[in-house]
Amino acid sequence: MMLDQSADFDVRGYLRLQMMPHFLCPGCGHGIALRALLWALHELAVDKDRLAVVSGIGCAGRLSAYIDASTFHVTHGRPLAYATGLALARPDLHVVVISGDGDCLAIGGNHLIHACRRNLKITCLMLNNEVYGMTGGQVSPTTSESMLTTTTPLGNSEPHFDACALASAAGAGYVGREVTHHVPKLKELIKGGLEHPGFAFIEVLSDCTEIFGRKNDLGSSPEMVLRQKSDIRPSAYRDSVETPFRSSDLPTGVLSRNDRPEYGAAYRKAAAAIQAARRGRA
Amino acid sequence: MSTTPVTDARTTVRQLSGNHACALGAVAAGCRFFAGYPITPSSEIAERLARALPEVDGVFIQMEDEIASMAAVIGASMGGVKALTATSGPGYSLKQENLGYAAGAEIPCVVVNVMRGGPSTGMPTRPAQGEIMQSRWGSHGDYPIIVLAPASAHEIYTETQRAFELAERLRTPVVLLYDQAVAQLTETVDLGPAGTRAPPERRWASGPRGTWQPYATDADGVPAMARPGDGYRVHTTGLTHAESGFPTQNPQAVERNLGRLFDKLERNRALIDAWQALQCEDAEVLIVAIGICARAARRALVQLRERGVRAGLFRPITLWPFPHDALRAAAAHARAVLVPELNTGQLRLEIERVLPAGTVHGLNRYDGEPITPAQIAARVRELAETTP
Repeated sequence: MMLDQSADFDVRGYLRLQMMPHFLCPGCGHGIALRALLWALHELAVDKDRLAVVSGIGCAGRLSAYIDASTFHVTHGRPLAYATGLALARPDLHVVVISGDGDCLAIGGNHLIHACRRNLKITCLMLNNEVYGMTGGQVSPTTSESMLTTTTPLGNSEPHFDACALASAAGAGYVGREVTHHVPKLKELIKGGLEHPGFAFIEVLSDCTEIFGRKNDLGSSPEMVLRQKSDIRPSAYRDSVETPFRSSDLPTGVLSRNDRPEYGAAYRKAAAAIQAARRGRA
Repeated sequence: MSTTPVTDARTTVRQLSGNHACALGAVAAGCRFFAGYPITPSSEIAERLARALPEVDGVFIQMEDEIASMAAVIGASMGGVKALTATSGPGYSLKQENLGYAAGAEIPCVVVNVMRGGPSTGMPTRPAQGEIMQSRWGSHGDYPIIVLAPASAHEIYTETQRAFELAERLRTPVVLLYDQAVAQLTETVDLGPAGTRAPPERRWASGPRGTWQPYATDADGVPAMARPGDGYRVHTTGLTHAESGFPTQNPQAVERNLGRLFDKLERNRALIDAWQALQCEDAEVLIVAIGICARAARRALVQLRERGVRAGLFRPITLWPFPHDALRAAAAHARAVLVPELNTGQLRLEIERVLPAGTVHGLNRYDGEPITPAQIAARVRELAETTP
């Protein structure tokens, strides 16, 4: 039996309480993901004044406004590109990106793969609810096969992305996945990402009960979350490159990591060498 | 390096292309971040800054695309660092959405658009002036923006510095708009005595932290800006926002905010407006031109005056907001106005809006070649003879 490990964590210390009540639908998993993020920041004693959160457009993108930090709600699909400029200009900050499956994998897919390749220190949370919720329930790059959305009235016939396999193949320094059912595990996964020196990509399997769940007759939020829990397989990653699309047997936890040089530090090191050489010539 | 001293190491005069002058002007203005994507004919700006910025603790990054470059520049500026990107036609189109974000959220940044032939991929190595209207109206929605149109390498050097000054002081994106001919023409640039011009500084947030309103302003309509790390912990969004920085759809707050954006530039026209008026005092035919066309017009003016034709040249250096009052003054005695430009007639639209109907004529070339002084002189003589 899991005891309440968050007894010493008061989430209100990290929220803009004047923004409450929040706008998320009843049963939405995004609030749980937000709590796990704030819990992780609390346990790492991250100074709110040194925390910058950049988010895109969509339901996940709205979360930044609730966090008591320097927050930037930017354009659709581009939070990683904004965060790249911010993190390079201000290496003293903790830069966290909150994105959704459409924001991160469809319109922002190019930025994701290059952020992974570049390995700049940014912690990216992708909240995956398999659907464009805010715009009314259209198909996304992670919508499961045969699912109904407003733009797949015949059932989705496109294969969906395994975002973690993609991030891993593109070179991200730290890649992991968790479900909202396992909040302490999710918190630990995010902590690992925040502590990782390079780019960290964390996929949170969230749920959209109101729109996606209703459309596909998936039941209540607890039913959706429990189904996700039964689908996962906590383990090391398997066949990460060979299987680009999600199987029903979803691995969770830390799925891959590497210790490639962090981009910002490598750039500053090279710049320092140029400056030293110039001084030597002078 | 293409910086070749003309006489000796102590001189501040260099032979530079317009694009290299832009890069040096940016560094002189305190720019310490550049994000870009390769595109002809603007790539020399990126190449120069890739070498120059790491030497002054700045950052250069080549991003994955044009959209990301604009986004990274805004991200760096939100972090408190002066930032630049440079591109040309197709890339400029791609930057428009994020340029609108910078306008709406009031994030200072400078964007260079080197104009080449268009539409679409067009003629990458040929001069054109097809983005005169796009530079004003390119992003969606209603917003104001400053666009500067330098016409020589030296002026690109000084106007790049002024672009940063305007961007930082007024919290707005500023576009530097010049054509391929001016961009790649190598000519004399006086870099000036180093260190005499203080780089412009943004007005930073000050005062109590708990109740601070990020978009509340002083009398000049420009809000001070908070940096991450300063303890203000503010929210920045592309959604329409109130003084608090948080999204709102309250009609009064929405109107107040957008009205202030326009008012901010109008109130600071003394800082923004810049133009050159040559021999306009008695000009019966007025030429209005920017960029390489203004260079040709200047040559034409000499020939015309030698032949006794009373011609003048009005050259807006600040293209947007357009210096209407200065144009009206320059055109006071003009019977006819000629607008030579490398497009089918974009600048002419604005001149027609300001000056009496029927007096404004076009001279347009859109074949990838610049308009010659002889073409301008011939058309001016014709107008002088035929206009009552």
